[in-house]
Amino acid sequence: MIGNFLDQFWSLTFGGLSLGFIYILIALGYTMVYGVLRMINFANSEIFMVGTFATIIIVRDVFNFTQTSEYATGFRLWLILGTALVFAMVVSGVLSMLVEIVAYRRLRRMNSGILAPLISAIGVSMVLAESVRILTDSRPVASPRAMEKKFLGQFFDAGIRIDNTIIVISALFLFGVLITFVNKTRMGKAIRAVSMNPNAARLMGINIDGVVSATFLVGGLMTGAAGFFYVLKYENTSSNIGFELGIAAFTAAILGGIGNIKGAFYGGLALGLLETYASFFLGTQWKAVTVFIVLVLILYTRPNGLFGEALTQTRA
Amino acid sequence: MINLRDKGAEIWERQGRLGRIGIAVGGVAMAAALPFMGGTILNTPIADYESVLVYPIAMYVLMAIGLNIVIGKSGLLDLGYVAFFAIGAYTMGLLGTKTSLNTWEILPIGIAMAMFSGIILGVPALKLRGDYLAIITLGFGEIVRIVALNLGALGRSEGIQGIPTPPGIFGIEYAFDSHRIYFWTLLILILLAIWMVRRLSVRRAGRAWESIRQDEDAAELLGVPTFKYKVWAFVLGASVGGAAGVFYASKTLFIAPDNFTLQISILILACVVFWRYGKYLGCNSRSGNSWLPTGSNSFLIRRPSARVRLGVGNHDESSS
Repeated sequence: MIGNFLDQFWSLTFGGLSLGFIYILIALGYTMVYGVLRMINFANSEIFMVGTFATIIIVRDVFNFTQTSEYATGFRLWLILGTALVFAMVVSGVLSMLVEIVAYRRLRRMNSGILAPLISAIGVSMVLAESVRILTDSRPVASPRAMEKKFLGQFFDAGIRIDNTIIVISALFLFGVLITFVNKTRMGKAIRAVSMNPNAARLMGINIDGVVSATFLVGGLMTGAAGFFYVLKYENTSSNIGFELGIAAFTAAILGGIGNIKGAFYGGLALGLLETYASFFLGTQWKAVTVFIVLVLILYTRPNGLFGEALTQTRA
Repeated sequence: MINLRDKGAEIWERQGRLGRIGIAVGGVAMAAALPFMGGTILNTPIADYESVLVYPIAMYVLMAIGLNIVIGKSGLLDLGYVAFFAIGAYTMGLLGTKTSLNTWEILPIGIAMAMFSGIILGVPALKLRGDYLAIITLGFGEIVRIVALNLGALGRSEGIQGIPTPPGIFGIEYAFDSHRIYFWTLLILILLAIWMVRRLSVRRAGRAWESIRQDEDAAELLGVPTFKYKVWAFVLGASVGGAAGVFYASKTLFIAPDNFTLQISILILACVVFWRYGKYLGCNSRSGNSWLPTGSNSFLIRRPSARVRLGVGNHDESSS
């Protein structure tokens, strides 16, 4: 067992890394909203699910790929991937914003405490998941493979697959963009201000609703990108993937300290690797149980996460 | 629209002791007569009316009363209530097929198992803040299902088959298709649960829960052992869920992990929320009305027959 593990260590690690980056992007959706509103945006998992479907729509229906068609190459491949990524991000981002307006805004104005938005969020996730379930007849949907998954090179014994590389590089890029957005732009400054003290921010003339909408938009964009990467890696989706991935990403956000953007980064990586190693030893069917046990252990021992809720400038 | 609940509470308020007993008896009698009302406006075109009355309606009512102790009374958001239902059902399934115990002997064991798992989950989880508790319980509900799905001893996705029906008691036979008998038994369980909740609510525990729901920190400062009462609320809620589970397994004769999805937790939660928090009688009136998104006969469930008013109004306005 251990020998096997060492043989496969690097290929597991690469798989875990790319999974980790998917988690990071979803976790950003949770952590951004939590940072600003101190509220768990439950519907984020379903926004991710919608992102995966948006990707498949582009690849399958707009570019007419089927399971048997030839792989795209060169410029056309990048065009397809780029369009799918942008479309998934935009759809998820806008949906996330709409969810906030429909499900949370009124409750927030009414100052209804933490449980009512949570219940409302569950209602929204249910509506989204069930609508997609009805549209897809409860069947998993496979994505046609537009890109040949060739190996770029070898690292020890493990091949570096192109999709994992794309995921890691583009996720790092998106993460960098997000950090820059939060730290350097005017809107990012407003987001940080609201996250530190909503009342003071309002007194300073910041439009809270606008900031909240922007936060949901940005969180949704990141989550949508995660949906694209998920389809790129696993090539299928279904209406119920949101839940499991959502819990895992939420665990990642907690692991790094929810509300803390950098925490989401480390938490996502740690969880992606941990989950991949654990499913090697225990079998993939216990993956969700591992994640849950990690979640309970963290909440029980270090509820603020490994890096803590950063109450300083870095928080968003 | 007239607010029936407030109207009912008002009438209840004005009655003397005799009048209240009369209303309660009338309400129970009406609920008990429900199986005879099939074929009228309460009909269900596809599914068998009486079996719908047992599951989901009466079963959901029972579970909603249990969940209401946790959510409505003490304000703890439990999103994994189906776990206790599943634990009760699997206890019945395992013991009923592997041993010679019958349903009535397994019922306390199932309740005890559910309560025990309530402690296991509650003790770590209840130390956490409200929204974290929700996530933990949500995960727990799903974990129980995944464990049932992957553990050979629990039959994996095939579940457990051939679970015995309850043996006759007091000369009443429980044939598997005599839905009325099950409905009436459930009605008794529901009344017992209501009685338990009512008695507890007016005593120390009820006051402690109320204070926890309103402001946990203040309650703690005033000397309410909040953690203890939170665990108690959790465990009592679990016990009702476990009882429902045992009875469910014994009624359907066959259980599989697919019967215990997250949707059930959410639906029971919807039952509780629909009639405002804290009104456990509201659970009766609304549970059948919730839109059941899963399952084949989904919108059949949306039916007025579920408006079972037992006539016992809880008019404690401060708890809404």
